[in-house]
Amino acid sequence: MDFLQPNVASYLMVSAAMFALGVIGVMIRRNGIVVFMCLELMLNAVNLALVTFSRMHDNATGSMLVFFVMCVAAAEAVVGLSIVLALFRNKLDIDINKVNIFQW
Amino acid sequence: MVALYPLIILLPLAGAALNGLGGLRWAGLRRNESLVGLIGTACVAIPFLVLLSAFFAYPGQPVTFTLFSWIQAGGLDISFSYTLDELSLLMGLIVTGVGALIHLYSMGYMKGDPGYYKFFAYLNLFIFAMNNLILADNLLVMFLGWEGVGLCSYLLIGFWYTDMDKSEAAQKAFIVNRVGDFAMLLAMFWVYNAFGTLSFSGIEEGLRAAESGGGLAAVFGNKLTWIGALVFIAATGKSAQIPLFVWLPDAMAGPTPVSALIHAATMVTAGIYLMARMNLLFLATPEVLTVVVVVAGLTALMAALIAVTQTDIKRVLAYSTVSQLGFMFMALGAGAFTTAIFHVLTHAFFKACLFLGSGSVIHAMEHTHAVKDPQDIRTMGGLGKFMPSTSRTFWISTLAIAGIPGLSGFFSKDEILAHVFFNGYTQPLYFAVWAVGTLTAVLTAFYMTRLAWLTFNGTPRFHAEHAPHESPAIMTAPLWILGVLAAVGGYIGLPYIVGEGKFHLLNHAWLEHRITNRDLHHAMEVHHTMEYFLLALAVLISVGTVYWTVNFYRKHELAGDNKVKSFFGPLYRLMEGKFYWDELYDNALVKPFFRLGRTALQWVDTRLVDGTVNGVGMTAGGLGEFFRKMQTGLISNYVTIIGAGVVLMIAYLIFG
Repeated sequence: MDFLQPNVASYLMVSAAMFALGVIGVMIRRNGIVVFMCLELMLNAVNLALVTFSRMHDNATGSMLVFFVMCVAAAEAVVGLSIVLALFRNKLDIDINKVNIFQW
Repeated sequence: MVALYPLIILLPLAGAALNGLGGLRWAGLRRNESLVGLIGTACVAIPFLVLLSAFFAYPGQPVTFTLFSWIQAGGLDISFSYTLDELSLLMGLIVTGVGALIHLYSMGYMKGDPGYYKFFAYLNLFIFAMNNLILADNLLVMFLGWEGVGLCSYLLIGFWYTDMDKSEAAQKAFIVNRVGDFAMLLAMFWVYNAFGTLSFSGIEEGLRAAESGGGLAAVFGNKLTWIGALVFIAATGKSAQIPLFVWLPDAMAGPTPVSALIHAATMVTAGIYLMARMNLLFLATPEVLTVVVVVAGLTALMAALIAVTQTDIKRVLAYSTVSQLGFMFMALGAGAFTTAIFHVLTHAFFKACLFLGSGSVIHAMEHTHAVKDPQDIRTMGGLGKFMPSTSRTFWISTLAIAGIPGLSGFFSKDEILAHVFFNGYTQPLYFAVWAVGTLTAVLTAFYMTRLAWLTFNGTPRFHAEHAPHESPAIMTAPLWILGVLAAVGGYIGLPYIVGEGKFHLLNHAWLEHRITNRDLHHAMEVHHTMEYFLLALAVLISVGTVYWTVNFYRKHELAGDNKVKSFFGPLYRLMEGKFYWDELYDNALVKPFFRLGRTALQWVDTRLVDGTVNGVGMTAGGLGEFFRKMQTGLISNYVTIIGAGVVLMIAYLIFG
């Protein structure tokens, strides 16, 4: 059952899958909150990859960078959710395809 | 004393700046007419005094002073540097002397005009430009003055610019002058090409060196002819000769002191001054001088013929100016440069006096409120008893210009005709020009006497509620000074035959140190008796014509004009129509240009220029219209494109 043993490749595969899920979610979903969650998913996929490489090289720099990403993600969640809230107040809807008001 | 010389140039400029800018800034100065006038007059009178002292302290060699270096480029080195020599001193004295008198007169004439300060600023600016023109030691600084006087002339002709006719006259003067100025520029290019310098002394040295070296033709080829011809064309513009004289009669739209200062006494002599200054060059190009003398003769005769028919007092004087300038050019064409300057001097006195007198008359006629046009001599007559000073000085100057013996015009005009005549022994063409000149002298005596008589004598032809009155002393004083000068100014240049040249002061004792004339001694010695004959003829012509004309108009008054008309027959219509020069230019140049302009507007501008500009705009717009479709506003589209881009970039990094 060697292939069930966790190794670098499997961590990275999970990371890549999460990232792909996130991208697809942002591309096809219209609900603002879901799009937002997909963005978080992509960030966390990156975090996973960073931690993996950090352990592999036995170097703390990667792990440290993860904290920065988390900080950014938290800040982004605050700003993003406020936008969604403001959107809802104005349009009673959070469908992001309906906010193309700056388009020609 | 030499330290004061820059004042000659700088004071008029300072006066122009003070009156012009100061008047613009401070309403108090603008309203204080006597202060403005005093500043203006002082800024011309002081340079006159400086020049006078320079004249008496003249060391016999040119005095040069430099203000600052202007252009230094390669071999070209041009400074604001000025030379006081016999010629420029004399011209400077004329310009500032007559100029100061006219400034004084203007203080009375322009009283109450809303543009009073502006008028004096322009006049001072004109004196500044004119001093630049005559004192400059190189062609470029001279050209600065040359253009400057043109500008001031434009500003002053159009001084009452709200009147469309006057404004148009100003434009005409400026545009016609530009033609001559263009020739002047070309002449300067040729001079630099031929001599490698623009300074007058450099040109003179170059000519002397070439003459003693390989000969003029070998060194310069036909360049000298080109320079001479171009300078002459330039001179026809400023000094109103055929074919560029048409602006001068129209220039009478300006205030009368302007006509006196610029369009009679000073600016119009610029061309004559320049040709006299370049005397060596013209002596080296006799073919150009022949053209000059022919053009001059035609101009003098034509303008005199037109003057006979005119009824506007200023227009008669204007055409008389053109005619007298023709006499000066005749002298130049005969190679008698000093004689031309002599006539410039005497003409400045009597013509300034005549113009100022006409201004005085116009004022008086305006005051009567009885006539439609205060300049029309048909509604004047008998003014002599109302305005004795104006009448007397006007008559003195009229007799001077007619060439009555003893008055200034007699000496200079006789000298001109004599020089033209003695040239005839080597070139018979000059005999013909002499005949034309003599005929013109007869006409001059006739039309000037007619003008003076119809204005001041006979019975009044107006019905005045207010009698016309004499002008104030500030206007009559300059009239008397100029009148006296017009009478006695000729004695500085008595004919050569009086005392064998001992009293030939202007030429022998003064100008000939600087100016070389064509050598006519041989002809003059061989045909010595002809000089007496010419003198006698001149006396006979002037006295006879004036006497006859006075009697003629005393008998017929205004009806005399009809008799003149029938005497000239069909020619009279041509003369009255001013030989249709204006119509010729209008049809040959002005209208075709307008037509060309309209065609250009219709086709070139609306189609070609606008088409190109609009085409560029529409292309950009169309492309934008196309590309903005990409901006769907749907986030998923953008994300897809970004994602695809990232994939492509990674693929390029891995496989590329």
